[in-house]
Amino acid sequence: MLFTSYKFVLFTALVILAYYIVPKKLQWPVLLVSSLGFYWYADPEHLPRYLGFLLITAVSAWVCGLLIGRADDISKAYLLEHKESLSKDEKKAYKDRVKKKKVLIMVLCLLLNLGILSVTKYTSFVITNINSFLKASKAIRIPDLIIPMGISFYTFRTLGYIIDVKRGTCKPEKNLFKFILFVSFFPQIVQGPISRYNNVAPTLFENHSFDDKVFFSGILRILFGYFKKLVVAERLVIAVKALSEDTELYSGGFVFIAMIFYAAELYCDFTGGIDITIGIAEAMGIKLEENFNLPFFSKNIKEYWNRWHITMGSWFTDYIFYPLSVSPRMLKLSKVSREKLGKGIGKRVTVYISCFLVWLATGVWHGAAWNFIVWGLMNFVVIMASGELEPLYEKFHKKFGLKKKKGYAVFEIIRTFLLMSMIRMFDVYRDVPLTFCMIGSMFVHPGLGSNGREAFAALGLTAADYGVIGAAVALIFALSTYKAIKGEDIRGRILTKFPLTLAVTSVLIITVLVFGAYGVGYDANQFIYNQF
Amino acid sequence: MKKGKKIILFAAAFIVTLILLWLLTLLFMPKYRRGIVEGAMIAEYYEDRKPHEVIFIGDCEVYENISTVELYREYGISSYIRGSAQQLIWQSYYLLEDTLRYETPKVVFFNVLSLKYNEPQNEAYNRMTLDGMRWSSSKWNAVQASMTPDEDMVDYLFPLLRYHSRWNELTSDDIRYMFGGGENVTIDGYYMRCDVKPQAGFPKAPVLADYRLGENAMNYLSMMADLCEEHGVTLILMKAPTEYPYWYDEWDRQVREFAQERGLEYFNYVDLRDEAGIDMSTDTYDSGLHLNVFGAEKLADYIGAYLSAGFDLTDYRNDPAVSSMWEEDCEAYDLLMQRQLSEIEEYGELVSFGANAI
Repeated sequence: MLFTSYKFVLFTALVILAYYIVPKKLQWPVLLVSSLGFYWYADPEHLPRYLGFLLITAVSAWVCGLLIGRADDISKAYLLEHKESLSKDEKKAYKDRVKKKKVLIMVLCLLLNLGILSVTKYTSFVITNINSFLKASKAIRIPDLIIPMGISFYTFRTLGYIIDVKRGTCKPEKNLFKFILFVSFFPQIVQGPISRYNNVAPTLFENHSFDDKVFFSGILRILFGYFKKLVVAERLVIAVKALSEDTELYSGGFVFIAMIFYAAELYCDFTGGIDITIGIAEAMGIKLEENFNLPFFSKNIKEYWNRWHITMGSWFTDYIFYPLSVSPRMLKLSKVSREKLGKGIGKRVTVYISCFLVWLATGVWHGAAWNFIVWGLMNFVVIMASGELEPLYEKFHKKFGLKKKKGYAVFEIIRTFLLMSMIRMFDVYRDVPLTFCMIGSMFVHPGLGSNGREAFAALGLTAADYGVIGAAVALIFALSTYKAIKGEDIRGRILTKFPLTLAVTSVLIITVLVFGAYGVGYDANQFIYNQF
Repeated sequence: MKKGKKIILFAAAFIVTLILLWLLTLLFMPKYRRGIVEGAMIAEYYEDRKPHEVIFIGDCEVYENISTVELYREYGISSYIRGSAQQLIWQSYYLLEDTLRYETPKVVFFNVLSLKYNEPQNEAYNRMTLDGMRWSSSKWNAVQASMTPDEDMVDYLFPLLRYHSRWNELTSDDIRYMFGGGENVTIDGYYMRCDVKPQAGFPKAPVLADYRLGENAMNYLSMMADLCEEHGVTLILMKAPTEYPYWYDEWDRQVREFAQERGLEYFNYVDLRDEAGIDMSTDTYDSGLHLNVFGAEKLADYIGAYLSAGFDLTDYRNDPAVSSMWEEDCEAYDLLMQRQLSEIEEYGELVSFGANAI
């Protein structure tokens, strides 16, 4: 059931209706049943295979969470009971034992779920790479494994929960069904955001009365999400497909066009999908974390990653980067490297290693392909390079007083946009060498060639399509600029007047229905982030 | 704002949005007034107020090959052709079911060429046949039976979802005929062509791996026979007198056997062309694929003679109420023929038809 399918729209409408009709204490059970039904239906053969994987993850994390919580409770009670009788060392030894036990439970849970994720998602990739070193006769057969929809998203949500419980920053959920709902909540299972339990649980399980402002806020966001996905992304995908498939015709300057088109397509696809997700939740009074904050307004790559796919970035930072950076081995390595390489370089060695591992993991998380791995590492290289060059930038900025100039800020934004768009090209072409070749051709032959006009016309879009894309992108840009200047979404203004809310809702419905690229003649694509 | 006022505003906005969507649907639906006009044929039946004792059902081999006006003029038979381009047998079946909701004819002719298709074929042809059908369980079932894998029932229920992308190809016709109106494309289901292009040779019939007619198609033929039986209608199977697309002897034999089994008449008019006086050097407008009006009148005469002799049909020429309506159709028929013949005389071809029609 694609987000862009009629079935999904109808399904969502019925769920929201049921949510407000049933007695309040049944609201979250309605969501649970709907989410499990949605996930069951997502299996191409409508078998409970996807559901089986999801339930293993959910139940294992729930049990482990409870065991960790119980270990905490017992230790607290024990220490309280033996407050006077235990020496300081005995207390420390006891606490260490409990800590080890909690770590063991957490590690078992992580291994089980990362194991499922790895086997289902990466077996084929690993065997394919092994086979490339083997003779054809010795090639290992690639098993036909299913990849449960959204497994990367729900696994990461669950692992985040279990780590938080172990850290004591999150209380274990006692109700198994509530926890299954947290893992399986249907709008966000497909492409995130990767929510933290503490952030979602309060509004996910609490009762909500119908509030027209909250409801229409969600509906407007859903419609704007469909606008981005269907009016822009689904049109651009036609041209991007042509540009990425016929690489002989579309090299040189066309790679630049592909870069810009793909940047716009991915932005509208991913943010559109997230708008639909957050909008559905919002229409029911449930608050999910924001996943984007005007990423194309970033002035450098670091800022970009704080604004793009925010929940993924923070997940990797909180659960991989920081633990890795302060792990005893890293601290030891940091000490050694400072001694051997000097304070300046030495202190950066461990940061680089942690950062390298985080970006490697980010690339692998995105997909079982070298393109994603190289994409992750390219991000690492650029972040490290900009980090190293920062003192030089500072000097340069100070000397020319650039930091205060608006024009320079615009330059920084465009520079970051182009840089990130170029790195994103690893997502566009079929393999890594080809991507490098195509990026190279963009610099070597920047023109469109002698038959550029005909080749551009053969991209599959009409002048009217470009007109629609141009107008839609201009609107999205204007709304983003409004948000950047005013610091709030324009929805806030619209929602202050009920007649205006209704008018905008009506206009958006009609605009999406008329100008959306869907139905026969268009093949509404899966959201790009669904595959992760 | 008070709750009551909000509810009223919401209801008003909801209704206004629905009205706008309805208007947009009317605007975007293809009007089939020029070029490809076949999509307009099915809907025209509902405007006709005359009773029909003979109904022809099938594809272009019926709507281009039999002159309904000639049947009336010569024999007083009131007939209608429920045909459309590449009308598949399940569409014909449900169109017959649909027709039986409005009237019960005495005789139904079904042209068997579509038996060669056993599965849904083409979305564009589906739409041309099904969009014009009025909503009923018959239409629902016809859509279900006809949809190709890319199609969705919702697109039929809400045609705006199918035709929304026409926003950049709208013409003045789309506004002019938004609420209907304009001349009919057919006269009682007959689509007239007055030009002449003699039959030329056809490419050799390809050899098929399997000559058996599809189970699904034959099942619908059987259902059609049952339906006619239930309603006391005589079903007659026919194969139009044109040779291309090919109608293999093996297929012909299977239809003959079926007719025999079910006690039905089956006429292959290809074999009866001489008897009907059809001359493919003058009676076709497209090198033998379809008959022109001269051929269609000859075939109508031949069928009319058979019907008059074998069935107790009303001579509607003696029924003032019906004949007055038929006279209007005869007038329109003559006018259209005159217009086409004048065009042919003036330009040497029929410029108001075809893809480049002005």
